[in-house]
Formats: sequence, C-alpha cells, structure tokens
Amino acid sequence: MQTKRTVFGNRLLPYAFLLPQLAVTVIFFLWPATQAVIQSFQREDAFGLSTTWVGLANYADLLHEPTYLNSLKVTAIFAPAVTLLSVGLGLVFAVSLDRLVRGSRVYAALLVWPYAVAPAVAGIMWWFLFNPTIGLLPYLLAAVGYRWDHSLQPTDAMILVVIAASWKQVSYNFLFFMAGLQAIPKSMIEAAAIDGAGPVKRFFTIVFPLLSPTTFFLAVINLVYAMFDTFPVIHATTGGNPAQSTNILVYKVFVDGFIGLNLGSSAAQSVVLMAIVVTLTVIQFKWVERKVTY
Amino acid sequence: MSAIEITGVSKVYAGGVRAVSDVNLSIADGEFIVLVGPSGCGKSTLLRMIAGLETITSGTVSIGSRVVNEVDPAARNIAMVFQNYALYPHMSVYDNLAYGLRNRGVPKADIDARVAEAARMLEIEPFLQRKPKQLSGGQRQRVAMGRAIVRKPDAFLFDEPLSNLDAKLRVSMRGEIRQLQRRLGVTSVYVTHDQLEAMTLADRIVVLNGGRIEQVGRPLDVYHNPASTFVASFIGSPAMNLADAEVTNGLVAIGGQVVASGVSGVKDGQVIVGLRAEDIQPAAPGTGVPFAVRYIEELGALRLVHGSVEGRHLTMALSPDLPLADEIKVAVAADRLHFFEDGSGRRMTR
Repeated sequence: MQTKRTVFGNRLLPYAFLLPQLAVTVIFFLWPATQAVIQSFQREDAFGLSTTWVGLANYADLLHEPTYLNSLKVTAIFAPAVTLLSVGLGLVFAVSLDRLVRGSRVYAALLVWPYAVAPAVAGIMWWFLFNPTIGLLPYLLAAVGYRWDHSLQPTDAMILVVIAASWKQVSYNFLFFMAGLQAIPKSMIEAAAIDGAGPVKRFFTIVFPLLSPTTFFLAVINLVYAMFDTFPVIHATTGGNPAQSTNILVYKVFVDGFIGLNLGSSAAQSVVLMAIVVTLTVIQFKWVERKVTY
Repeated sequence: MSAIEITGVSKVYAGGVRAVSDVNLSIADGEFIVLVGPSGCGKSTLLRMIAGLETITSGTVSIGSRVVNEVDPAARNIAMVFQNYALYPHMSVYDNLAYGLRNRGVPKADIDARVAEAARMLEIEPFLQRKPKQLSGGQRQRVAMGRAIVRKPDAFLFDEPLSNLDAKLRVSMRGEIRQLQRRLGVTSVYVTHDQLEAMTLADRIVVLNGGRIEQVGRPLDVYHNPASTFVASFIGSPAMNLADAEVTNGLVAIGGQVVASGVSGVKDGQVIVGLRAEDIQPAAPGTGVPFAVRYIEELGALRLVHGSVEGRHLTMALSPDLPLADEIKVAVAADRLHFFEDGSGRRMTR
C-alpha cells in the first residue's frame, strides 16, 4: 500500500502536533503506571513520613495473604461469569432482532440505552431492585420460596454484582453482534437453507462460526472490563461484602490503598492485576489467530 | 429430474411493488431455460420463488407433479448457484460440498464417493482441503457448481453465476456449464442479464420485461422473430435497428425515403420497422438509399458502421474489406424486415 507523506516546512511543527496527545498519555497513563511500579517496591510508615525500599516483599506478602488469595478466587468467578452472561445475552438479543421483520429499529434503540447509564447508577438501580427490604425482585423470589439477602448470603451478593456489571455491557455486545450478523451475506444463509439446514442448525454451523471473530473480540473486551472497570458497580452495591465474597481484585486495590492506606501492597496488587489482564489478552489473541480466522 | 410448471405466478412485495405479474411457463424435464431481461424485470424474483426463498403471492409452482408453494427450500430438492457463490468461508471445499449431504443424513461412505465424483467432474480435486479464501474466482465458481451437483437435485437454479468472473473466464465457464448440464440432463433455470449468455446456453429463452414474459422461444426463433420491439432491441448484439416508418402499397418509407418495396401482408400506415445490422448492405451501383456515416467501430472480423438515413440512427455490420466513403448507398432486403405495431410495439403478423 502506498503511504501518503506530509512534508512539514518546520522541523518542530510535527512534534508540536504530537505534544497534546503525548502529554495526556504521559501524565495520565505512563506517570501513574510508573509510580505504581515504583511504589510496589516500597513501604511507607503509618504517618507517611518515610518510605523504605523493600524489594519484592510486597509481592511475596500477597502470596500469603488469605484475603488476597480469596480475592483472586472471587475474580476468577466474577470476571468469566460477567463475560459469559453479557456476551451470551448480547448474542441472543442480536439474533432475535435479526429475525425480526418489523420494528427492529425501535428494539435496537431500546437495547442500546443501558450503555448510556453510568456504572454506579446501574449498580444502585440493581441494588434497589434486589434490596431485601424494599426491592421488587426479593418480593417475587419470596413468592417462590427463596429468601434473597445479598447482605448476608455470599452467593446472592455474587449474583447481584454479576447481573449489575453485565447489564450495561449487554448493549455494547449487542451492537457488535448486530454488525457481525449484518456482515454475513444473506445468500449464504439461503444456500444453507437449500442445503437442508434448519434455523437452529444454520445458527450453529454457519452463523455462529462466522461470528467467532466478533465473539472472541468481545470475550477479551468484556473480560478486561470485568477485571478493571467494574469498580463503581461493586462500590455502589456490596462494597466487596459480605465476608469478602464480592471483593474482586480491582476493588481490593482501592480498599487496601485508599481505605487501608497500604500503598505498597495496593501498588503491587495493581501491577499483578495488569500483568494478569495483559497475559490473558495475549493468550486469547494468539488463540484467536490460530483457531478463529478463516 | 423433474419438469417445472409455473402457473399464473405473481409476486407483490409488502410495499405494493409488483415484481412478477401472472407468469405462465412449462419447463420440460431436462430442459435448460434461461430467464433474461434488464435489471428489475423480475427474473431473479421468479427464480427465487421456484427455489422457495421468496413467497408466492398468487399462482402455483410445481416441481415434478408436486405443488411446492408451501414447501421449504430444503424439501424442494433443488440446488442453487448464487452470484457471489455463497460458499461457507469457514469450511474446506470438501465440507462445502458435503454440507448438504450431511444435513440429509447421507452415509459417510456415500458422501465421500459423491464428493469425489463431483470434484473429478469439475477438476477441483487438488483443492478439496483448501478454504474458499485460498481459491481463485473461477475455482470458487466450480466449487459452487460442485455443491449443486453432489446433491443430485431435481433442478439446478442459477442466479447470474458468471457475472463475477472476468470476460475470458466467463466464456469458458459458460461452455462448461452447458456441457455439464447436457451430461447430467438435469432441468435447469438460469437467470442472466447478458443476452449472449442466454443465446448460447438456453434450450429456450424466456425474455422478461417489467415482471411479464415478453417472449418464450428457442434462441434462434427469438432472434429471428422477436415478439416485440423490446425483445428485438434486447436480444442480439448490436441491437436491432428500430425506426418509425410508413407503409403504403407495399412500399416502406423511413422519413419519406423509400427503403424497400414489394412488402406484402402489412397494412398501410405508421409502423415501427426493425432491421438487423447485418441485413443492411451496400447497394448495387446506381440504386439504394443514401446513408450518412457518423462513426465506425472495428470488431476485427466485422465492422460496425453507425450512421443515419433521413436522420434516423442506424447501424450496419459490414465486412471489413469493403471500401468506405462518408456517404454510401445501402439497400435492405424486403423479406428481412421486421414490422411492429406503432403504439404497442407488438410484432405484426405477415
């Protein structure tokens, strides 16, 4: 491909153009990230008067800290559950809408709305809906004999945060699946119909395989979302409770660092979290390249 | 293998657009029918109604002796080749061919044998393990054909299958499709907007215009006896010359200039006269009608001379070794003229 080159008269001008973006990247990303890495090797005294270099001690401590190991476990349930639920529902909605002849635009607009809701507000909304005292859903659940209480039951709490965190992602996933479905030529579906495949068989042998690049892209995006961006949802609903049962890694970083003021450990946790997400992303994309492209 | 019977078929879309109007057509077992017409004439819609991809508003379509109006595409036992081939990109060529057989529960050994046979017939054996992406346009076209053949269907339906190929490949694939259809003897319906494809492939051509059948007939019948000015201008290249003319006592005059005499069986009055380019020839010395040459197209074996007689644009096809001047005298054989009614454009019987 031919590249278009712009020639600047002044040698400094191109750098000046790049400066705003570079400044934002350096100030809001590189600098804090470097700070986190540096702090993860340090320990501060209780009054914030002195810092000592402790090497890998913060990391080593994490391996022995039961609450951190618990948090790992909680995240290992929470993140895949959110990904599965939001990607799954996004796909179901997109496929249902694709089969619709009339009114699909209205449904599409309605399905996209949740994405405009701030995560904290979404969290509060679900918190109200599931509130054991005034919520609608516990009232309905009581009718079928289930006593819902996410402030006491770890499972209930996990279900609540998973639903609250997935809810707005469904919109996002729905949009991508819609686009993916529209990219599949209609004649291919017709060819499969003539080839004797019913709607269900067509979905699993033609449509779903052709959507796999979209699916894997969304799996990565949603996993990263669930690990990094779900802080407001947890904060607005359970606060990591009861008994640490919804204290996911990113929330624990906040609690330990800004409530517990253990900056060294908090920084070490955020570095580990970053490493986990980077590793997952790399593995997924490697796998995608090998398995998904056609 | 089956005959296809189309009786009074119409298609009206939800918006009220009438795509096909009252089409009647009997297709014999093993016949190769080509539906031809300009875009929007309803030819694809008609094909898709035979395939079951489009609902039928009124009338009936039967394949064999069975009315298939309410039958699923899969149960009609037809195979279709699409314009964009519609190969499944995530499957190998083998799986593309085998897909329809697997869906019908054909035993694995049978599938192997039938895929191998189709692959041999179409010379795509070396590509069976490849993905469609790794094939050229012509090879993809063959795979699409193969997918139709392995099914051993009652009828082949082709929806402009050659229009994505380059001109040279189109000609050779055209020949192969013809031979293959002859060999297999499967009833085929083929849609195209290319009159040359229609002429070369068809046992019978069906010319469609505005959702209606203009004419059905063998290629040469349609060429020599077009039923209307539409068919006359659509079939044949260059298009048939059409001009307003006046008939009086067996004399045919274009713009007052008598071009032919001794025409019998045509009532006096205003008509549209049609002349094939090859039927206009230089006149014998001292006779003929003046023909003002405007420009010339050299086709190698043939020379197309565009010009006018009394201001009416006409094209004639001449041998390239005839000498040319700016104005030449031409003559038209009276028995080669076609006459159409002035208003309706329908052919006048002579």
